[in-house]
Amino acid sequence: MSLPSLRQPFVEGSIQTRVGSVPRISSTLARADRLGSIKARWGIGRMRYTVEPGLYALGDPDKQAPVLVTANYKMSFDRLREALPGRHAWILVLDTNGINVWCAAGKGVFGTEELIRRGEFSKLENIVDHRKLILPQLSGPGVAAHQVKKLSGFKVIYGPIKAMDLPEFLDAGLKATPEMRNKTFTVKERTVLVPVELVSVLKWALIILPAFFFLGGLGGKAGYWAGALNYGLFAIAALLSAVAAGAVLTPILLPWLPGRAFSVKGLVAGLITAIILTVFRAGNFSDWPGRAEMLAWFLMIPAITAYLAMNFTGASTYTSLSGVKKEMKWAVPLEIAAGAAGLFIWLGSRFVI
Amino acid sequence: MGNLIYLKDVVTLELDQEKCVGCGMCLVVCPHEVLSMNNGHAGIKNRDLCMECGACARNCPTEAVTVQAGVGCAAAVINAALGRNASSCCCVLEPDDDAGSGSIKSGVFNPPKCC
Repeated sequence: MSLPSLRQPFVEGSIQTRVGSVPRISSTLARADRLGSIKARWGIGRMRYTVEPGLYALGDPDKQAPVLVTANYKMSFDRLREALPGRHAWILVLDTNGINVWCAAGKGVFGTEELIRRGEFSKLENIVDHRKLILPQLSGPGVAAHQVKKLSGFKVIYGPIKAMDLPEFLDAGLKATPEMRNKTFTVKERTVLVPVELVSVLKWALIILPAFFFLGGLGGKAGYWAGALNYGLFAIAALLSAVAAGAVLTPILLPWLPGRAFSVKGLVAGLITAIILTVFRAGNFSDWPGRAEMLAWFLMIPAITAYLAMNFTGASTYTSLSGVKKEMKWAVPLEIAAGAAGLFIWLGSRFVI
Repeated sequence: MGNLIYLKDVVTLELDQEKCVGCGMCLVVCPHEVLSMNNGHAGIKNRDLCMECGACARNCPTEAVTVQAGVGCAAAVINAALGRNASSCCCVLEPDDDAGSGSIKSGVFNPPKCC
């Protein structure tokens, strides 16, 4: 365990305390910090987007200043400091391996043990005269407040869920309103999660799309390029539509899609997508291969959208593990069956009929 | 818009009112207003809003609240079923970052994809 380095780009000098120098940070984000957030949202370097764990000084904190605890995911750290312009506080950054507060707490990495250890190592008891630590409410799954008190003497006070509510929470004498304690999942909160889901799906698409294009040309009687440009290109359009419906539209439209299970929501989005594509493809239904092709997509598109929607449970803020397991028990077999049947029929439409 | 509700009647949350001392910590940490306080004891008000995050149970000094805590993440369930090294949460290896590079630090855990 070492002290946080002064050489990190966001550190602006240091302040002297009874126990040595502590890196100073400001609540103003630089362009590099904003760019870093955007990149992390797109999955670029997200697993290495960290700050060094330990104690930091926001502004000019004294012995009475509040101690705010966060994770060493840089986005968590930046959301915290930018919420506190003109304030003076100690920021204790726990080592969560670069994972955000809620996920790290769910694993116990943002936990009782790390909190106590990091506080002791940072000599908090010599830096502040009070014995209070303000933690984000969503660290609750990992931190047992009563144990922290017993083992370290520090009292854990759960602050608001969102860092942006901290000024109001601090000014109200460390009191949170019911709204601050309730985790929402607004359209904006859902939308920012779309890129990272999309990026992980499109990695697969880079392999699958060319395969369909290639196979589209091989079968049939019309010759390679005629087949590839007709069936292959339509396959690419159908797959990209399925990804858009499952990984973009379903998360954004989540509350308005019917059903409680995410797979059902995705299924509905997929069926609507398949119907729209059918309208555009109607000119191709004069022969049996054309009709079989559409049937194949009517199976594959909903299978893909249901699967992608189901995967969004991990990003959502309200799904329980018991519920996800119950949903998957029927959804996964159906998704596999529909996907496999659709692929089988599509290959049949190209090579058999 | 109010709280979004997931599947009904699936949640494993239990509250033993005999053990409850009424400290209210479970109400503080719950992110979905699942619990309420009546006559000095906590009670379950909105069971179907519970996401089994486990914050209430973790912060209950008398073990009055229990729940099979976990993260409701399909990718994690699939990984666990496939026996991949990512069973407890939504942890999917991102090929970009980890494949072959051996960057999984000291084998503590894999980074989550979906949280």
